Amino acid sequence: MINRFENIIIQTISRLLIPPIQLYALYVIAHGHYSPGGGFQGGCILGASFILMVIAYDIKETKRMISEKINTIFISLGVIIYSGIGAVCLILGADYLDYGILNKIFSVSPAKARALGTFGVEIGVGITVMAVMVSIFLNLVSGGEHEEAQE
Amino acid sequence: MKFFALIAVIVTGLLLIYGTMDMPDWGATDSPPNTHVSPRYIEKSIEETATPNVVTSLLADYRGYDTLGETTVIFTAGIVCILLLRRYR
Repeated sequence: MINRFENIIIQTISRLLIPPIQLYALYVIAHGHYSPGGGFQGGCILGASFILMVIAYDIKETKRMISEKINTIFISLGVIIYSGIGAVCLILGADYLDYGILNKIFSVSPAKARALGTFGVEIGVGITVMAVMVSIFLNLVSGGEHEEAQE
Repeated sequence: MKFFALIAVIVTGLLLIYGTMDMPDWGATDSPPNTHVSPRYIEKSIEETATPNVVTSLLADYRGYDTLGETTVIFTAGIVCILLLRRYR
C-alpha cells in the first residue's frame, strides 16, 4: 500500500523529471531504427515515468493522468496495432507481416515501406509494454484495490 | 525413490554435457549460424529494409512473428495480472 506523503523535494524533482523521461522514451521508440532502442525499451521507460509518479505522488494523482480504463484499452491497442499492420499487408496481397507491400499506400520504395512498417510495429509494442508495466505495478502495489491504505 | 531420481538427473546431465561436445566453439566464425543467415542479414539489411540498425530490422521485420509472439506474451501477462489481482467492490 502506498500512503500519500508530502515531501516537497521529491515531488518537485519528480515533476521536473517526468516530462524529460517521457520525451526520452518517445525518442528511444522513434529512434530505434538508428540507435539501440525500440518498442520494448522505450515502453519500459515510458511506464517507469508513470511508476515514478505513483511513488512520488499517489495512485489517485496518477490515475488522473492515465485512467484505468484508458490503460486497459492501451494494453490491447498495442497488440491490435501490431497484428493490424500484419493484416493490412495480408489484405494488400502479400504475406502476413510482409511490410514491403505497404508501398501501395505510402508511395515510397519497398525498402522505405519496410522501415515504416517496422516503425508502426515498434509503436504498437511500446504502447502495450507501457500499459502493462503501469497496470502490473498498480495492481501489485495496492493489492488490487487501486487506492491508498485507509489509515 | 529419491535415489533413482538422483541417478536419472545425473545421467541426463551427463548426456547433455556429452551433447555439448559437438557444439561449435563460442563465437566460431565457421559455425552454421555464422555462415548461413547472419552474413545474409548483415549484408542485405540496409538495402532491403532501409534500417541502419540490424537488430531492429531483424527483430521487427525478418522475425516479425517472433516479436508478435513476445508482445502477445506481455499482453497476456498484463491481462492475467488484472484478472488475478484486481478487486472490484
